[in-house]
Amino acid sequence: MSGFAIPTVAAAAQEGGGEPLPFLIIGIWILLLAVFVGFELITKVPPTIHTPLMSGANAISGITIVGALYCAGTGYGGLGQFFGFLAITMATVNCVGGFLVTDRMLKMFGQRGKKS
Amino acid sequence: MTLGLLAISSSVEQVVYMAAALCFIFGLKRLSGVKTARSGNAFAALGMALAVIITLGIVADVSWFVLIGGVAVGTAIGLALATRVQMTAMPELVALFNGLGGAASAFVALAEVARFSGRLSEEGATAGSLSGLGGADLAVAIGLSVLIGSVTLSGSLIAFGKLSGKIWKNRFGPIGSQAVNLATAAVCVLLVVWAGFMASSSGAVLSAHLLLVVAALVLGIGLVMPIGGADMPVVISLLNSYSGLAAAATGFVLQNNLLIIAGSLVGASGLILTQIMCKAMNRSLPNVLFATFGEEEGGGGKDEGYTGVKSSGAEECAPILDAARSVIIVPGYGLAVAQAQHKVREMASILEGKGVEVRYAIHPVAGRMPGHMNVLLAEADVPYEQLFDLDQINAEFRNADVAIVLGANDVCNPVANDDPTSPIAGMPVLNVWDAQTVMVVKRSLSAGYAGIKNPLFEADNTLMLFGDAKKMVEDLVTELQEL
Repeated sequence: MSGFAIPTVAAAAQEGGGEPLPFLIIGIWILLLAVFVGFELITKVPPTIHTPLMSGANAISGITIVGALYCAGTGYGGLGQFFGFLAITMATVNCVGGFLVTDRMLKMFGQRGKKS
Repeated sequence: MTLGLLAISSSVEQVVYMAAALCFIFGLKRLSGVKTARSGNAFAALGMALAVIITLGIVADVSWFVLIGGVAVGTAIGLALATRVQMTAMPELVALFNGLGGAASAFVALAEVARFSGRLSEEGATAGSLSGLGGADLAVAIGLSVLIGSVTLSGSLIAFGKLSGKIWKNRFGPIGSQAVNLATAAVCVLLVVWAGFMASSSGAVLSAHLLLVVAALVLGIGLVMPIGGADMPVVISLLNSYSGLAAAATGFVLQNNLLIIAGSLVGASGLILTQIMCKAMNRSLPNVLFATFGEEEGGGGKDEGYTGVKSSGAEECAPILDAARSVIIVPGYGLAVAQAQHKVREMASILEGKGVEVRYAIHPVAGRMPGHMNVLLAEADVPYEQLFDLDQINAEFRNADVAIVLGANDVCNPVANDDPTSPIAGMPVLNVWDAQTVMVVKRSLSAGYAGIKNPLFEADNTLMLFGDAKKMVEDLVTELQEL
């Protein structure tokens, strides 16, 4: 999979040639920072934009498609690939449908001011 | 690190992932402003495209049939749903997509289980369990991903049902009571532990996780069932947050930092949006999730003994409108159900032709979803400048000659201001009673979601127009044209 290994120079400086930090620790760092960013990003949101924002954020949660694509790998075996197929299909619906629906909602915001 | 189609190195992949993450952050920020939202959505979509393309470049040894097949089918379905479904069904569509996203995360975790359990049968007794094979953190991550993803799926499907009117009960047998929910949650936790740490054969590990799916689906149903239809937007926002968490958990399973970042972004921002929505209703999140108003249905169908209600018709009301200088229209869920927005636009045009000032007062939680009324009125080509939100218009009611309430109820109930013991006490409401005349278009005197009486209907300056919103407005249009 896509691991995340700290360059060995840094690791060497830490422990004199030891292994890189386990992914779990790095993952937790990333999670903490991303959660903080997420909290800070959404401040004043007028009610009119709540629904499109929800729809757009939902489309972003389709990022799981990136993981699903790996599951098409032969190493997963028949059952694994079947689960993978389902995952890919559903995640694609989430992404494609999500971004399109959000755009459709937002199109209405632009048009309104033009007619009277 | 595997090298795929394009023999891309892992460093390149990481750089593209960073670009994608920045697109998501930037896009999400812009999505929270009315003017910048459309470009924000485009940015986020760009980030997704980058992530998908680079992943396709990296994956090796895949069944292209599975891959292309899945993407093709998914694109076709997503495209069809997004473009064909009616505007008024947008909220339920968002719920559906959200459920699918959660399900996808669960299935990815299950695929990993399938992959690992294969190795378990090879390595036999030495590994002993899923955590023995891949570590405790992997076992927990898989368990959480399956759990959260499945809860999101069933919860979202129930939300879909409630919003589209297909489900209206608050219970499904014992499922829905908080006691049962607590028990189900406990079972889920136990299953996560058993599936990841104790099940020792490949068959056992797989079936344990499938059992977890079932338990989590039940939990999802039980958590969303008891919540009333009017609160669904808050629930969907929360489920949205959960699907982000599920994606983040999957990121730990696959050791993919983009999944963790994007999932956490959505998880955290979804939670904040949920809080913002609760504040607009002046209720706390626990109150929305766990307190229920009614036993079976959330109110409605009760004629609570009104006195002095003045029933009227289009013939009597049209001259009042004709003579008015300023009219404020208050749309509500009834307008959406009756699909009356185009007729309302027609009526507004006629009134404006007679020199009447027409404005619309949009309450933050009017309709089925925040912004629902805005979308409906936009569909009917109502100019953006005529829509006002609560803070802008509330002081204006006392200067208005007529306030027309179309299918709205709790959002203009004076009890919210006057009675501290009421279920809706403190909720910001529209002061329609300040207008000289109030016309309420409603099918009957039945209560709104909150299930309480609305003294507005018995007020001296209120005229009740009983009927379907679309038909009533049509009659008003006909009468106005004759004047």
